[in-house]
Amino acid sequence: MGQVSLVDVSKRFALRIKNEVKTVNALSSVNMDIKDGEIAVLIGPSGCGKTTALRIAMGLETASQGRVVVDGRVVTGCGYDRGLVFQHAELLPWLSALENVMFGLEMKGMRGAELRDTAMRYLELVGLADSADRRPHQLSGGMKQRVGIARALAIDPSVLLMDEPFGALDAQTREGLQGELLDIHTRTKKTILFVTHDLDEAVLLADRVIVMRRGTIQETIDINLPRPRGDLGALRGSAEFAEARYRIWRALHEIPETTH
Amino acid sequence: MTERTNVMAIQNLPSSATENVVEPPKRREMPGWMITAISVVVLIGAWQLFGRDINPVFGSYPSAIAVAGWNLLISGDLLTALMSSLQSFLAGYSLAIVVGVPLGLIIGRSRVLENAVGVYITAGNAMPLVAFVPLLVLWFGLGFTVKAAIVFLMSMFPICINTWSGVRAVPKTLIEVGKSFVAPNSVILRRIVLPATLPYIMTGIKLAVGRAVVAMVIAEFFTAISGLGGIIINSANNFDTATMFVPIFLLMILATLLNGLVGLIERRVAPWQFELSDRE
Repeated sequence: MGQVSLVDVSKRFALRIKNEVKTVNALSSVNMDIKDGEIAVLIGPSGCGKTTALRIAMGLETASQGRVVVDGRVVTGCGYDRGLVFQHAELLPWLSALENVMFGLEMKGMRGAELRDTAMRYLELVGLADSADRRPHQLSGGMKQRVGIARALAIDPSVLLMDEPFGALDAQTREGLQGELLDIHTRTKKTILFVTHDLDEAVLLADRVIVMRRGTIQETIDINLPRPRGDLGALRGSAEFAEARYRIWRALHEIPETTH
Repeated sequence: MTERTNVMAIQNLPSSATENVVEPPKRREMPGWMITAISVVVLIGAWQLFGRDINPVFGSYPSAIAVAGWNLLISGDLLTALMSSLQSFLAGYSLAIVVGVPLGLIIGRSRVLENAVGVYITAGNAMPLVAFVPLLVLWFGLGFTVKAAIVFLMSMFPICINTWSGVRAVPKTLIEVGKSFVAPNSVILRRIVLPATLPYIMTGIKLAVGRAVVAMVIAEFFTAISGLGGIIINSANNFDTATMFVPIFLLMILATLLNGLVGLIERRVAPWQFELSDRE
């Protein structure tokens, strides 16, 4: 099972600007249900609250109101039922790629040969078995992020939460990793909540795109492209892709559907 | 004009030769240690040359200092003084590390402690701790203990402050990596904060070497006159300037060696720091 829901989640905080206290509504009554095995993409302009929503789902931030439900249980704080892939990988620089993957497993209580083998298996899953002994500074940006994905997947969470993981990569590396993520998803059937501001990325990856604006959900759009997605290059050029992309574009720009 | 001729030259080469062009090896640069050695030799040579003209009460020169050093060595005084100094130095300095590092770590991680205790650390680091020496003598007497205490007091603050500011510089996201794997605070401190802070800790430990050496000499001046500081004071009182320079040089060499040693340890325990930065 791998389900995560935000139920009526709001996040408010007070900001003091020139001695005036202002309440900022980062999120207002956000509801979302991420179903088992699907890839849901949160998209929106910066400051729309998509990262805040993800961090609340992860338990790194607390909601001012509302609750997070994972597999039917209300959760507070972080847990091994959720794995987070950070925006900039955030590998521990003093550990090798393998040790970085082992770190999460150790925290979960795994020891001995099983620990090493499991970590190695996940490095293989992201195609980095040959670089197991490299330190983060000896890895490229794309490789670092793959270690980040392996580290999050290794603890076998119900849900994988990804916070703009490919945003800082160059276009070619990004395309490669998008394809790999889809492969990994096909193989592991993990539920994924993915935050991005990249329209193409949203269409390529998602079963459902959740468009956010100013702390609320603007629209939820189903992407009916076939799975597996196959040749991503060809998919990008297809009419279905363009149509789905345009629908999200309109939602992002608040153009009502009726003018279609 | 030259560019054009170069182009011509390349065009005239047979194609197989252009494919096999290998960059010529870089001209070998003088190694860094050799530059340092030349600098030291030149300085000592100049001192030897011009130092002889100075009245031996007001100054000295390398060969006279070497002779005085040899005499101190064969009389056994130098070794006895060195051992006595090293004892109080090592005791105070290691205690400063043992106390300063954990203190800096917990101050940096706790908002309450940072505000409650941090102010004393900052103040202690800024104030002239020498002023406490008479009080410390009242507490600990004139022997080994008071010397170790003075060394401890003067070297603990830079270690603690560096550790503390290192903890504050740990990226929040690295802490969140620990949190996302449900690591308890103690584990985050040990497995994430401590290694991330190591470069700062080592810098503090290096800075403290100089402070600890100064503290040791001050202690030997103001408490029971003994050790290397004792030789300095006694020979100065006898206008034996050449002998006075011997422990000064010995201390200088010791402090430099210790600094180098800490640097080596730093490369062992925090190698990623050096692999990250490259300098021409």
